[in-house]
Amino acid sequence: MEHPFWRILLVFLPLSFLTVGGGQSIVSDIHRQAVDVQGWMSDARFLELFAISRLTPGPGALLSPMVAFDAMGVWGALVAAFAIFTPSSILVWGLAGLWRRTRGAAWQKAVERGLAPVAAGMILAAGATLLSVAEGGWLAWAVAAISTLLLMTTRASPFVLLPAGALVFWMVFG
Amino acid sequence: MTSELTEAPPPSLTQIFLAFSKVGLTSFGGGLSGWMMREFVHNRRWLTEGEFLDGLSLCQALPGVNVVNLSIWIGYRLQGGAGALAGALGMVVPALILAVAVVALAGEAVRGEAAHWMLAGVAAAALGLSIQMGLRAAWRVAKRGVAPTAIFAATFLALFALRLPLIWVVVVMAPVGIAHAAWAMSRKGD
Repeated sequence: MEHPFWRILLVFLPLSFLTVGGGQSIVSDIHRQAVDVQGWMSDARFLELFAISRLTPGPGALLSPMVAFDAMGVWGALVAAFAIFTPSSILVWGLAGLWRRTRGAAWQKAVERGLAPVAAGMILAAGATLLSVAEGGWLAWAVAAISTLLLMTTRASPFVLLPAGALVFWMVFG
Repeated sequence: MTSELTEAPPPSLTQIFLAFSKVGLTSFGGGLSGWMMREFVHNRRWLTEGEFLDGLSLCQALPGVNVVNLSIWIGYRLQGGAGALAGALGMVVPALILAVAVVALAGEAVRGEAAHWMLAGVAAAALGLSIQMGLRAAWRVAKRGVAPTAIFAATFLALFALRLPLIWVVVVMAPVGIAHAAWAMSRKGD
């Protein structure tokens, strides 16, 4: 009697609050649920969906509605998107309102200033970690370094840099 | 227009929705918050680098998908609750439709050697977006003194060198950072 959409809600609602930082922290849990616990798909199919989620633009957490779409169609995807994005969004919404009402309060400045060094460390660590496992070895370092330099010193558009990166890799390895 | 932010009228809800849709649909290769900073701070000048980085710090420490949190945060600053909704929907809905369409239509096409390497090239170039944002944020922190720089370095090493789980690093380092900031402010009396 249980509607299958309840399963989707139960799987993805908790993940909404477990996502801290990028969407990568929950990928292994989505995998465990989709393949082992719920039996929605095979390992190979999950990896394929993961690859597609990396290829397409937008938040990496869209992997969740992709998996649900594969298992239960369009409505499944909508339920999963609702479950993964809404609960944490309401939390941030409430905080944004609080922030505006108490603008300029000393505790607010302390929180903003105090989190800044932690955030800077998180951003750089994410970049460095991805770089250290990037495919292409020295070429990945070189492309990332040149791209960083151009973005910091010029108004170079990412729309030029990304295809240029693809072209360089294709010429060297392709 | 040069750098005066306060003079420009805030963008309309439609403009907010479309601007976030653009970022959501064009951010290939990850590093979405880097794309957002580029679009909203450097191109459109809707907010300053400091405002953006403050918002990013909070959104990273909170649970939820970073970029969606950040969309709500920026949308709220620009147009209140309705702006937050416009920003979040703009970021998620068009990209969601595209993602589902790709799963429905594509399949094996994403495999293959050449496509694989070109994708790796896109990813390497896209890392530049994250790294430049991290360097800008680190530079602002370094200018504030030794202790914030040490907190930054400890966070970086805990995550990158020691590979500790993100959530534990945040739970420990965020209170340390806030406590130090509060102490430094009380000492200066502001």
